[in-house]
Amino acid sequence: MSSVATSVTRAEGFKPPSPGDFNLPPIGPDKTFEWLGETHYLGVTKPMIQLVLVAGIVFIFFWAASRKRAMVPSRLQYVGEQGYGFVRNSMGRDIIGSQDFLKYTPYLFALFFFILINNFLGSIPFFQFPTFSRSGLVYSLALMSWIIYNAVGIKKHGFGGYMKLMCVPSGVSPVMYPLLVPLEFMSNILVRPVTLALRLFANMFAGHMLLILFALGGQYLIFEMAGAYSVVGVVAWLLFILISFLELLIQFLQAYVFVLLNAMYIQGSLADEH
Amino acid sequence: MIGYGLAAIGPGIGIGLIFAAYINGVARQPEAQGRLQTIAILGFALAEALAIIGIALAFVLN
Repeated sequence: MSSVATSVTRAEGFKPPSPGDFNLPPIGPDKTFEWLGETHYLGVTKPMIQLVLVAGIVFIFFWAASRKRAMVPSRLQYVGEQGYGFVRNSMGRDIIGSQDFLKYTPYLFALFFFILINNFLGSIPFFQFPTFSRSGLVYSLALMSWIIYNAVGIKKHGFGGYMKLMCVPSGVSPVMYPLLVPLEFMSNILVRPVTLALRLFANMFAGHMLLILFALGGQYLIFEMAGAYSVVGVVAWLLFILISFLELLIQFLQAYVFVLLNAMYIQGSLADEH
Repeated sequence: MIGYGLAAIGPGIGIGLIFAAYINGVARQPEAQGRLQTIAILGFALAEALAIIGIALAFVLN
């Protein structure tokens, strides 16, 4: 990556990173096919491999951690229990409520660690590509969450009751209904999955873009420019290191927020009329 | 992109206000933290939705 970028910058001055840098070519032979008048690639890309790999890592880790189920936990089991307890207590029990949180904990738990490790791949050497900076992969997660919280609500209240719960705000005079009901429908049914997906995608994408910009810009300033510019390049690299730590925080926070919102939406679907 | 910068001002102020109110609330009544956190994160998500729509439009209109 860096050697390619250097050769480009030598030829035509500094070229800032663009969204095109996230379009990784498929690994292996290129095959294209035409669909709806556009050319699409047929093949496996790096983010796809990372998705499968992370699913394997998460499964193997927690399988190993819960294999013995010892009364006095080993180190591995302790870490697994802490991770499970964190999701179960702070997201499951506190948000969904102590009555029926256990039913939804496996989903939240799997989702949290899947997203967390995928995000961390953005900072782990060799991978260095946050999987969810490709929006298509996030849409599928959001679609799954959308189906689950709607299905939970419809199962509990029936279709009409669920629509009433989602769209008709309580404690408001019926005069306001023509204004509020479409708004509530928009925000609860349509905008929720979109923002859920775009929040994770945009944070991962923007953060990684920032890192690429500081890394490549610093490299260009240090190696291609003379005099005081190379000092600025060192500052850029220092900032790059600092922002890497900020990225680690954001990667955790976004996984947390994604799962927390999922829990909240499920809780909202389960709620009785207020 | 400049438009997105402008669009991010509003949600930025909004998120600041939401978390300021949350910190105030927890400082006054620490035992209410669980309930307040839910409300704060929900408000944060709603405010951030505007910024996210902004960045999506910035790429769409590019």
